Amino acid sequence: MSLVRFAVVVAGAALLAVSCKSSSSAAGGGGGNVSINGAGSTFIYPVMSKWSSEYQKVSPTTQINYQSIGSGGGIRQLIAHTVQFGATDGPMTDEQLKEAKGPVFHVPLVMGAVVPTYNLPSLAHAIKFTPDALAGIYLGTIKTWNDPKLTADNADLNLPATPIVVVHRSDGSGTTYVWTDYLSKVSPEWKSKVGNATSVNWPTGLGGRGNEGVSGTVRQTPGAIGYVELTYAMQNKMPAGEVKNRAGSFVTPTIDAVTSAAAGAIATLPDDLRYSITDSPGDKAWPISGTTWAVVYKDMPAGPERTAVVSFLRWALHDGQKFCAALDYAQLPPELVAKAEAKLDQVEPPKK
Amino acid sequence: MVTDVQTVPRASHAQRPKSLRRWGPPALRGWTTGDAIFRKACAAIGASIVGLLGLLIYELVRGSRESLEKFGFRFMVDRVWDPVVERFGASTFVYGTVVTSIIALLLAVPLGIGIAIFLVEIAPRKLGAPIGFLVELLAAIPSIVYGLWGLFVLAPIVRDDVAPVLHKTLGFLPFFRGESHGVGMLTAGMILAIMILPFIAAVSRDVLAAVPTTQREASLALGATKWETIRNVVLPYGRAGIAGAVVLALGRALGETMAVTMVIGNNPQIAASLFEPGYTMSSVIANEYAEASGTVYLAALTEIGLLLFVVTFAVNGFARVLIWRMARERRA
Repeated sequence: MSLVRFAVVVAGAALLAVSCKSSSSAAGGGGGNVSINGAGSTFIYPVMSKWSSEYQKVSPTTQINYQSIGSGGGIRQLIAHTVQFGATDGPMTDEQLKEAKGPVFHVPLVMGAVVPTYNLPSLAHAIKFTPDALAGIYLGTIKTWNDPKLTADNADLNLPATPIVVVHRSDGSGTTYVWTDYLSKVSPEWKSKVGNATSVNWPTGLGGRGNEGVSGTVRQTPGAIGYVELTYAMQNKMPAGEVKNRAGSFVTPTIDAVTSAAAGAIATLPDDLRYSITDSPGDKAWPISGTTWAVVYKDMPAGPERTAVVSFLRWALHDGQKFCAALDYAQLPPELVAKAEAKLDQVEPPKK
Repeated sequence: MVTDVQTVPRASHAQRPKSLRRWGPPALRGWTTGDAIFRKACAAIGASIVGLLGLLIYELVRGSRESLEKFGFRFMVDRVWDPVVERFGASTFVYGTVVTSIIALLLAVPLGIGIAIFLVEIAPRKLGAPIGFLVELLAAIPSIVYGLWGLFVLAPIVRDDVAPVLHKTLGFLPFFRGESHGVGMLTAGMILAIMILPFIAAVSRDVLAAVPTTQREASLALGATKWETIRNVVLPYGRAGIAGAVVLALGRALGETMAVTMVIGNNPQIAASLFEPGYTMSSVIANEYAEASGTVYLAALTEIGLLLFVVTFAVNGFARVLIWRMARERRA
């Protein structure tokens, strides 16, 4: 993983060097080649790289360089002004916004979900989890699979008396952010004891590095439960549990259920779009859903760079969304696209 | 070694009048211009190591200042690592690093020296070369490959085969209590042992090969058996070199990140049982640095780096003193 990431960074740096050269020579000739740099979330990287190659077809003079160094790194680079946009799986904190020189806008780009996965032999169908059960398991109060809190909703499954081995991400990640955000909302005990962040002080369990570390540990350990990104679970054909949402129905994790979660929460979204759509009220909503935002400065200096950033993000909100499904990302609901675009309009109004 | 080389020109130095040595033309000082340049260049390269180390320490201290001020000595003893409330303590990570390194050494040192003895003293030459090559090849495998292999292959073996046996036979010791989930400190130590094995084996092999044949022949001539020769003559002769190999391997074990992270379970706790998950200093830096937000959090991670530096320094220093004492006792 680190090797891959290293290769990506090197390739990015090489691209950067090449594009700097070409843009400076083009500037001498009065040409309009622009290269813009973004950095942050690893979650969004697959669709971001698809976007940057597709966008080159739409706007051949714009080069997008995106380095997937992690959301925290993306925010740090935005604050340090080394990139034109950052991408993050959790909204910037008030402290980070204060650190940034100038107001920052959050522009939602894609959505994803986190799903519970487990290692129990031959079950007839997916396990149904209530919010209480998930919080209890991760707090360490539910210790075996045949605990009444689990069997109540899974009477037909004959869950075994196997001890539950809790697995979590050991590296700081947006996945953990969404997972703990959800647990904090559904369990007051979790909120006061553990809380919500990209890394937390886990009450129990084993830590695996990255999605592959968590899924590997779950697969190797009978009775284990872990959480991974929906895309990862789908691509690796891992069992994913159903979770009871706020409306009271058990939902199977799908990308449509994630889009419903955003749609269900649309009325209550804050103006700055630093929202959370976990435990969303929608009837079909998947309760453990998250968003990746682009973060940009509201007062970017006018010029070709600002135009390029805004038009790229605007394109990603509209035409770009159609590449989401193929890569197992959830699209933004149209209402949210409108709100996101309103933010971009404040950075630079669209050309008529 | 260094002093041996330098004594030669210095001796000829002393024979010349002092003024000439200092101020005379280069040829009379015994140095050509080329020599002078070479000497200065080497001195600069040597000094750059010290400079680099100084800069490193300076940067680490500067980066961890906020954490140093906020937690002070408590950072070293606190067992809680909670990014949410920004309370950071490093003792669990220090424990994990030291314990896994000790396990690795306990497993790899006898194995590595055994391999070296086999290659130099016992194996026919035709067999020794390819086996030596294979051992060195172990050092070229990327650590992430070791890590994933450890997670998918070694961890289940430890859980199903190694841990139950250890529990049954040595379960009265606190180190082998409870149940293993596969990943944990024992598995991490085993992976580390495999990773540092080539260092110990390859360096020890070269050390043993450098033991003069006359020493062996003398021992055999006195009627010693092969085993007695190896034990009483060859190994003591190469003792300092082998200890150097162990120190080198220990440095690698203390700093290894990726492979350990995959199999240690990443749970900051101080548990006596080696079946339990643990966490190491380098692992927590690798795991959390990219996503760390907040200046205190970053400073705490940097301080872990500083602490790792100090621990490595202390352990290395300790090992060196041990070797030095051993060598002195031999002479006495």
